[in-house]
Amino acid sequence: MSRIWAIFKKEFKGYFNSLMAYFFIVVFLGVVNFIFVWFILFPGRQASLREYFEFFIYGLWIFVPAITMRSWAEERKLKTDELLLTLPVRDVEAVLGKYFAALAFLCLVLVLSFMAPLAVALLGSPDWGPILAGYFGLFLLGAAFVAIGTAISSMTENQFIAFLLTVVICVALLAVEELCAMISLPSFLIYLISFLDIGHHFDSIGRGVIDSRDVIYYLSVIVFFLFLNVRSVERRKWA
Amino acid sequence: MIEVQNITKRFGPITAVDGISFEVQKGEVVGFLGPNGAGKTTAMRILTGFIPANEGTAKLAGFDIFENSLEVRKRVGYLPENSPLYLDMAVDEFLRYMAEVRGIPPTKRQASLDRMIEVCGLKPVLKQEIGTLSRGFRQRVGMAQAMIHDPEILIMDEPTSGLDPNQIIGIRALIKELGREKTVILSTHILSEVEATCSRVMIIDRGKIVADGSLDEITRRGKAGGVHHLQVRGDRKLWEEKLKSLVGVKGFAWKEEAGGLHRYEVFSEGSRALGEELFRLAADAGLSLAELYQEKTTLEKVFTQLTVRES
Repeated sequence: MSRIWAIFKKEFKGYFNSLMAYFFIVVFLGVVNFIFVWFILFPGRQASLREYFEFFIYGLWIFVPAITMRSWAEERKLKTDELLLTLPVRDVEAVLGKYFAALAFLCLVLVLSFMAPLAVALLGSPDWGPILAGYFGLFLLGAAFVAIGTAISSMTENQFIAFLLTVVICVALLAVEELCAMISLPSFLIYLISFLDIGHHFDSIGRGVIDSRDVIYYLSVIVFFLFLNVRSVERRKWA
Repeated sequence: MIEVQNITKRFGPITAVDGISFEVQKGEVVGFLGPNGAGKTTAMRILTGFIPANEGTAKLAGFDIFENSLEVRKRVGYLPENSPLYLDMAVDEFLRYMAEVRGIPPTKRQASLDRMIEVCGLKPVLKQEIGTLSRGFRQRVGMAQAMIHDPEILIMDEPTSGLDPNQIIGIRALIKELGREKTVILSTHILSEVEATCSRVMIIDRGKIVADGSLDEITRRGKAGGVHHLQVRGDRKLWEEKLKSLVGVKGFAWKEEAGGLHRYEVFSEGSRALGEELFRLAADAGLSLAELYQEKTTLEKVFTQLTVRES
């Protein structure tokens, strides 16, 4: 446990060593806040949290791969994995330390983006239920994306490839339902596909309904990709 | 302290390490010597738990490297090839992290950090980012992280590669110093390094140990031991007749004459030492010897003999 904590701290601090991270925070928060103002506050438009969250998700599938692309790819490129993985640390501890660091960084950004709804709350009397549920949904979705991103990062030493592959997988998971709607499929397949669609599970949470099925879905995605991550780190052993 | 039994590692069709076995006692400084690609790095990666072997096993400090990998790693300090480091961290920040993740209790961390700064001479660069450091300082930071937990065993992959001559002298002195209380394995392809630092040499070639012993033992194995160089003043004809009749002389060659001195190479049978006999021979013949020595086999020669490949 203390070893995960040590790795977590080092990795989390590491995000602030690179200018990229600051750049992404500023751009991401800028865009998200702009969208919030546009959709919620612009006069003459119907205030819609759903649209806000939808755009937030578009931001996440760019932002999350950008923060996770480094985590393992850089170790492999600098060969520091040989240093890390010969420490008295289990592979799974290193994977978790890095995962939680990226997740914490994402949470920091979520908290910062919460300033906009908070500002609105001070001006009027919003419905807190959907806002909090929506943020909880964003957290789960982001946590799943982070698991995907760190796992992909461990499969290459090229950060850019890690970024692109993660974007592709995140988008594929978001769009699988819409893509499959274009072709006619048997109904059980449609049900299966809509269950696999990561955005589908966000919809009900976005409406303020927290369903255990959705939470379990996100947790399974996280566990699956963390497992893949550990396997990929262990891959050196089977070469 | 280290017992290796029959370790084999294959990468596809290539056998990088081919059934090596050896033991290292506490306090020995062992040099893995071998050409590039001989399997030194692979052997070290197996011992430090980075990759597993296909066959065989090893015990370090009493723990099996597969069954008790974490216990082994706690007791081993490892400097990987080219000393990889986190370039965006400051030196002290990095060493603090290593101390923490290695489980040094918080109250002792500062003391072990201070000790490493002292031993490795890191004071001038303590707050500097590792990416801005020279090769020599990076190597020292690598040594510091390998020793911060005061390990019983130190494994160092080419600790002096890429350093300038002054830095090499410094690092070698440090390794020799460490060898007094720790068990050290280092790899190198520089022969003089082994001569300067190691109490024992293992020559590794194509994944196998082809020679193992102290420096003296290894050099004595060389095949060039029977050559005597001498310079003699006087009658060349007389001297050559005398030489022919000396028991144990297989042959000789006149090399040159300079200022009345004739230089010879004399080859003995079975690499025998003929120094005394040659001296007496010259004295009895009334000739004066200006120089007489038996050619020593250098580690370099043994190394070439053992590892040269037919291309």
